Amino acid sequence: MNWLDQNILTLVTFAPALGALLLVFFPRRHRDIRVFALVISLLTFVLSLHLPAHFHRDQAGFQFDINLQWITTPNIHYHMGMDGISMWLVVLTTFLTPLCVLISWTSIHERVKEFFILLLVLETALIGVFLALDLFLFYFFWEATLIPMALLIGVYGHGRRVYAAVKFFLYTMIASVFMLAAILWLYAKTGSFDFVVIQNALRGGAVPDYSGIVPLMLFLGFFIAFAVKVPLFPFHTWLPDAHVEAPTAGSVLLAGVLLKMGTYGMLRFNLGLFPEQARANASWIAVLALIGIVYGALVAMVQPNMKKLIAYSSISHLGFVVLGIFSFTQAGLNGAMFVMLAHGVSTGALFMLAGILYERRHTYEISEFGGLASVMPKYSTFFLFVVLASVGLPLLNGFIGEFLVLSGAFQAHMWWGVVGASGIIWSACYLLWMYQRVFFGVVKHEENLTVPDLNLRERVALWPAAIMALAMGVAPLLWLNAIDPAVHNALVPFTQFMSKVVSQ
Amino acid sequence: MLLADIVETLPHGGDYVAILPEIVLSLFGMLIMLLDPVMDERRSQRTLGGIALAGAFAALLAAFFQAHFLSHTGGSGLAFWNMIKVDAFSIFFHVVVTAVTILVILSSYEYMEVQQIRAGEYYGLILFGAVGMSLMSSAMELVLIFIALEISSIATYILAGFRRRSAISSEASVKYFLLGSFATAFFLYGVALIFGATGSTSIATIGQSLAQYDSTGHGPLLAYVGIALMFVGLGFKVAAAPFHIWTPDVYEGAPSPVVGFMSTAPKAAVFAVLLRIMFQAQAPGRVLLIWIAAALSMTIGNIAALVQDNVKRLLAYSSIAHAGYLLVAFAALPANGIPAAMFYTASYAAMNVGAFAVVGHFANAGERYVSLEDYAGLGKRSPLLASVLTIFLLSLIGIPITGGFFAKFYVFTAAMQSNLIGLTIIGVINSAVAAYYYLRLIVFMYMREPREEVPVTPVPVGLGFALGLSLAITIYLGVQPTRVLDYAQKSVDLLR
Repeated sequence: MNWLDQNILTLVTFAPALGALLLVFFPRRHRDIRVFALVISLLTFVLSLHLPAHFHRDQAGFQFDINLQWITTPNIHYHMGMDGISMWLVVLTTFLTPLCVLISWTSIHERVKEFFILLLVLETALIGVFLALDLFLFYFFWEATLIPMALLIGVYGHGRRVYAAVKFFLYTMIASVFMLAAILWLYAKTGSFDFVVIQNALRGGAVPDYSGIVPLMLFLGFFIAFAVKVPLFPFHTWLPDAHVEAPTAGSVLLAGVLLKMGTYGMLRFNLGLFPEQARANASWIAVLALIGIVYGALVAMVQPNMKKLIAYSSISHLGFVVLGIFSFTQAGLNGAMFVMLAHGVSTGALFMLAGILYERRHTYEISEFGGLASVMPKYSTFFLFVVLASVGLPLLNGFIGEFLVLSGAFQAHMWWGVVGASGIIWSACYLLWMYQRVFFGVVKHEENLTVPDLNLRERVALWPAAIMALAMGVAPLLWLNAIDPAVHNALVPFTQFMSKVVSQ
Repeated sequence: MLLADIVETLPHGGDYVAILPEIVLSLFGMLIMLLDPVMDERRSQRTLGGIALAGAFAALLAAFFQAHFLSHTGGSGLAFWNMIKVDAFSIFFHVVVTAVTILVILSSYEYMEVQQIRAGEYYGLILFGAVGMSLMSSAMELVLIFIALEISSIATYILAGFRRRSAISSEASVKYFLLGSFATAFFLYGVALIFGATGSTSIATIGQSLAQYDSTGHGPLLAYVGIALMFVGLGFKVAAAPFHIWTPDVYEGAPSPVVGFMSTAPKAAVFAVLLRIMFQAQAPGRVLLIWIAAALSMTIGNIAALVQDNVKRLLAYSSIAHAGYLLVAFAALPANGIPAAMFYTASYAAMNVGAFAVVGHFANAGERYVSLEDYAGLGKRSPLLASVLTIFLLSLIGIPITGGFFAKFYVFTAAMQSNLIGLTIIGVINSAVAAYYYLRLIVFMYMREPREEVPVTPVPVGLGFALGLSLAITIYLGVQPTRVLDYAQKSVDLLR
């Protein structure tokens, strides 16, 4: 392995943090700060492209492994590694961050420097979550995402931002201490925080006292932390508040990446460490996911607020991910991964679009608009494209993932598939109805007549997302052939459930 | 008796090295007391503060010299007829106590001028208090521990009432004094009973004598009662529930730098004593006793802190909760619990002294601005001060890359390794609840509109140094905790 391969994960993870550190010493000229943040985030993106380019797609294990002793007592390692599951989530993060910088170009005018510092620190923490293979390091990054995100919401948000920020912080903090307790138990019994070591110990039955109620408690400890983050019904109430009050960039990263921390965690830890428990508890978790799909969609339908609508649609989409994961089928897991990525791109784009409108009219109320298609033709076209991607139109990215999840769900349990499939219909209803109310008809409000269309910067921010949505819909194999071996590997303990329906 | 025999029984050189920090601190303390009456009142503040600072630094150097001396002579560290033992363990606490003293003196500099407090006795008492605390951490003899405890307590009783013009400060002093003497009496009674049960007041002998009972599973009833009574006295000093009632009132009334002092240094020293008594003396019935106190302290402290509107009271309840987290380590097995407790003491000292230094500076003349409302918009008006306080608060919550994170982490790991699953879960839930009230203060600083009538003064040099130092320690312990933890680990091996 050459030097770059050995250190690429460290570079990708800490490049944004390094940028943030440099930004601290930057003069307070707004333009320079923005340009610098953009350069750093683009640089990180380019660095992260090294990962898919040099990733061995036929191998299932962790690649670009780096394992250094960090703290001797307790035995904590700086252990980072990446497989097909985490790779795309990292790239998704680095892909969305430059777009976030672009979209916040003019909408943030106060404490600009601090804003971009927080954004870059958040990026580092997010990437770290996906790459950490030491449970301690994972928890460290997991908690580290909290502060910048809460500050982004609380300082740069809208009306009830403080309430939303505190709610977000407390929900996730309280839930994650259960995970901490579970991690500490595992360390106490195995003497290691290393994911691979613990996994082998658990599978080999080499962990003392791992019997009775303990496995269930450990499973739940991890699960609660992840379920709140996803958020799975009934732990979802923080999400609409956080989304509505967050600044656009915050919403994009929140929906695009932060929620995936939860589903990633389920996939990596709940399935990876406690397969028996995952199997035993799959039924009620899948039911919660199904409730989330339908409930999220129904509530989204009646939202008068555009951003809240998108937020509830996230609950519905993430329900698909959880359903796919707990179907324990190759198709379901592949689909779950693909929905995560597709949702990140298309919902991220939806939030950017909503933010663009907010910058012009300072409202998210759907009833304030109508007939925008004639005033803002470019904007409406982008919006329609993204809406269709999100609805799941074939050839766009939403379709592939949901299709795979549903085919997995049908294999696992017919009714899961039936109820889940209704979610696709619901999503068409609420999104297209919202689109109709905002863009079609005559212009009802005079101030909407003079709303300017997209400018160059906004188009530059939206194009990559649109292209990505199309590319993922047309050539999903580019993504799936890296995901598949990792998913296959994750499913080894579930051999009974293995299906031959592989991602084609 | 021959002269040679008499000489033999006299203390020799090594004995004096064993109490070197105490000697240094006492000398400087007395120097301050002597100079104070002959000095010009207006100029005395800076000079005496400087002498006190020099004294604290000298004591810190003395502690390092002790470590050097110990490693070179390779002795047992026992001195004064086995009444004092200087080992890595006590040196650790000497360093913590003297470092806190340095930070407090630095942050008192400007505070004294603003509050118009006479400097002489103030600095003297801080040094004398530090003498008692240092002595506590190296004492191996219950009567000596009692004397050291009194030296440190009496100094803090007086210091608590130093804002003489303020009624709540006097109230704090009297309340602290009355309840504190009561608690010390409990401690003394416990010592008497232990003496009855084991026939000795030396911790080593008590340990040997109580260890016999280990095989039968239970010690004499007298020893149980004695340990419980001693725990009442010591629990009072560290503000552990259910002996915490005095804490909020005293912390609210006492001058802020003094609160920073008394919530860290004496606590560290008492925890050192508690560690020796609980682990080295093989105290029977320790786990249940501490289990209850730890769970109560964490829960009561955090829940009461949720509704506080006065920052000093809020931090007072928070310190009760932190005493609870620390006690969790005491319930754990010694091999895991002691280093965790030592690390916690050090990192808690750094962040709490820092937090109170900011509070003291911001409170202004007469400590008028101490309510949450007064902190509104501080992030805009005094960004540096606010960000420093934020880091201390995040450390108190236990957020990564701060010392507070690893402190909690080690404590809970130790508890988990000792199979205290229930206590660990109570602990982690509590630390999540605690996030709310620290966060509330941060929210006030950053997300509320500033109130113009609250004055914001520039940060003076002394305070700047104090804050910089405690910040550096907090971050250092959060990024590179290994060295301190290894040292703590090593000192534990010597302890047994």
